[in-house]
Amino acid sequence: MTRDDIFSKIRTVLVDALAVDDDDVTMESVLTTDLGAESIDFLDIVFKLEQEFGIKIDQGELFPDNVAQDPRYVQNGLVTAEGLATLRARMPHVNLDEFEKDPQITKIGTLFTVDTLVSFVEAKLRAK
Amino acid sequence: MRWMWIDRIIELTPRQRLVAVKNVSMAEEHLHDHFGARGDRGAMPVMPACLIIEGMAQSAGILVGHAGGFAEKVILAKVSRAELHEDAVPGQTLRYTATVQNLDAAGAATAGVVELMDSGGPGGARVIGAIDLMFSHVDKNMAGTEFPEHNFVFSETFKTLLRTSGVEMPEGM
Repeated sequence: MTRDDIFSKIRTVLVDALAVDDDDVTMESVLTTDLGAESIDFLDIVFKLEQEFGIKIDQGELFPDNVAQDPRYVQNGLVTAEGLATLRARMPHVNLDEFEKDPQITKIGTLFTVDTLVSFVEAKLRAK
Repeated sequence: MRWMWIDRIIELTPRQRLVAVKNVSMAEEHLHDHFGARGDRGAMPVMPACLIIEGMAQSAGILVGHAGGFAEKVILAKVSRAELHEDAVPGQTLRYTATVQNLDAAGAATAGVVELMDSGGPGGARVIGAIDLMFSHVDKNMAGTEFPEHNFVFSETFKTLLRTSGVEMPEGM
């Protein structure tokens, strides 16, 4: 499956899960700020991706889990070096380069774009 | 008996499917205001759509709760879809069929079909809508927020409903 095919299916998933229009979903769209995703929507998206692509996504595999609550990873609202290393290791599909310059935990949601999802699914399908 | 919007569970296939019924009755006080008479027409008692959604949420919520032995606090987190094409009036019975689409440690997604049965009509049940829902296992999703230890979701009222419907209770409940 090409990236374009994956994108097209992911767009359908997001239109369904977030009640947005086809045209709203581009590779650069941020799930939270552009498409209005809230916390429960992330679980919805995980479920729908599993169904659409026939893959199994563990909790915390696509979106970070238990990072914000761990004092080793977050101090004074900023993700620590250890936290960034953990995110990098757990989520190779996420590009942390920009985030690293000002790693405010409240902005972590903005890391997840449609492109992130496409890369994630592409890697999962390759590993299948 | 408060805030119960199903009367009986008639079928439960663990982790897969639950069917429940709700009899709409003129004795329900809210029907007298929903909708009351106004200048140009008389009273029009119909089951509020939001309470039909609640009925489906209770049906699907019990199905999801049962899958985890009622240990999880199962909270309705999202109404993914709700379509209703016909009103339910006193004397009719609503039948909710909830099916698990996905279920994991964090929560569940369910699909639901709403049917209407009319004892005064031609018989059988007709589909009048669909309600798809998402549930969160709230202890696992609220960024470490702590909730009371006891399960405030599945209260005594729910237990009574399960017992009177003949649903086997998990150990410890």
